[in-house]
Amino acid sequence: MEYTEKVIDHFSNPRNVGEIPDADGIGEVGNAKCGDIMKMYLKIDENEVITDVKFKTFGCGAAIATSSVATEMIKGKGIDYALQLKNEDVVEALGGLPAVKIHCSVLAEEAIKKAIGDYYTKKGIFKEEKTECACCSKEGNCDGNCTEH
Amino acid sequence: MSCNHIYFDHGATTFVRPEVIAKMLPYFGLSYGNPSSIYNLARSAKHAVDSARATIAECINANADEIYFTGCGSESDNWALKGVLSANKKKGNHIITSAIEHHAIISTCEYLEKQGYEVTYVPVDEFGMVNPADIEAAITDKTVLISVMFANNEIGTIEPVKEIGEIAKKHNIYFHTDAVQAVGHIPVDVEDMNIDLLSMSAHKFNGPKGIGALYIKKGVKIDNFIHGGGQEKSKRAGTENVPSIVGMAEALRLACLEMEEHNKKLIEYRDKIIAEIQQTIPYVKLNGHPTKRLPGNVNFSFNYIEGESLLLSLDLKGISASTGSACASGSLDPSHVLLGIGLSHEVAHGSLRITLGYENENHEVNYLLQVLPEIVEKLRAMSPLYENVLKENK
Repeated sequence: MEYTEKVIDHFSNPRNVGEIPDADGIGEVGNAKCGDIMKMYLKIDENEVITDVKFKTFGCGAAIATSSVATEMIKGKGIDYALQLKNEDVVEALGGLPAVKIHCSVLAEEAIKKAIGDYYTKKGIFKEEKTECACCSKEGNCDGNCTEH
Repeated sequence: MSCNHIYFDHGATTFVRPEVIAKMLPYFGLSYGNPSSIYNLARSAKHAVDSARATIAECINANADEIYFTGCGSESDNWALKGVLSANKKKGNHIITSAIEHHAIISTCEYLEKQGYEVTYVPVDEFGMVNPADIEAAITDKTVLISVMFANNEIGTIEPVKEIGEIAKKHNIYFHTDAVQAVGHIPVDVEDMNIDLLSMSAHKFNGPKGIGALYIKKGVKIDNFIHGGGQEKSKRAGTENVPSIVGMAEALRLACLEMEEHNKKLIEYRDKIIAEIQQTIPYVKLNGHPTKRLPGNVNFSFNYIEGESLLLSLDLKGISASTGSACASGSLDPSHVLLGIGLSHEVAHGSLRITLGYENENHEVNYLLQVLPEIVEKLRAMSPLYENVLKENK
């Protein structure tokens, strides 16, 4: 498996690891059966700026590196910016990912969207976010029982 | 080999010992003749192949004319299964194997199923052990071949080969064993163990890659696999890979000569690693049999973390090992062997295989045992699964 220096850097020294006890939004995607779970915690202020972000990830080197770089990319940014973050942006920030690891970057994008969705739900602003199982590309939250598992 | 790198992946491959390379070199240069030719230059090559065949036969208690050189262990496995089934169509169309075979067997069986053959995959117990009674129970009047591995490549479990061989003999069914992980590592005796066909591969015992052999007991009905010239008694065509054949024989000769002493060291290291991991790291599970396992094999599952990130962390510390996690292979499912012994996907994803070998030293084992707990702790600190466990324990 050929990883870029940036992937190795983010894997060895991951940024923003941890939890935020009083998070305004929490998003967890993936499942243990697939081999990766990503959990994002967001602190969002009254101007809808992400003032703090933390993550916890169970997964391979690429899953940890994409979580780390994604938190760096949205910290201090507005919600709208974070919502527009695409998995391709995450891949680019890492200088590329092996083809079989692209789904890790999809998980990072989804985790952020889900955490922001949670923030909206908590605030009473309902926004439907569709999530795809990175393993089987099925819409909706995969319960791990799809044929791909 | 290098002083700042520790190699714990001998189940994948091994380096070629310098003594072996020295034996091989003349056959690339001075003695380059084709063994099938009749002049003097060719005779030395022919003699080298004959002598290598005899050496290899002696190491597994076979006759020289029962050893056939192939291109690798996978070819030997493919030949044994396809060759025996196609040559014995009148007798039947059924093969019995285990659920935890190497892909060279499993994928060949799946191919054979597509060709209309019937395959029974006998399950294993939690230690990866095949129960010979299950093999016997699976026998039908159409069974032609039983193929069960000698020792498992991932979890190191040594199968009851002799008992299975006896059952096969009793029912007049051919018995093949994929002994790629066993030959050169533990005693193998085809006569005593009632083995009809046996696959081996040189690069697993400090020989070169790209050379293997299939032992075919005299009298076994098997079709040719590679058609062409008259090499290997017309059973396997293709000009002999003389340097590699010579290297394979020398590597096996040395491995068998040094086996007892060498294994004493490996078992000491293996048991030290197993004991210390169990003592120092919580939430781990030893995969494979506690005692009936290859001298150099350690396989653990570390709950709440994933195997590829474990390998990557070890690699950054200069240690090479392997895992049964799907994330390291590019497939979606973790190893069929780990699932076969009853592990959940989640636990199978967190597996680490350490396979010790010839050149490993005590300080390398100590270094592994020093860095591994830190790595596991660091990855667990990042894992949302571990977070839940800590909360539950509070």
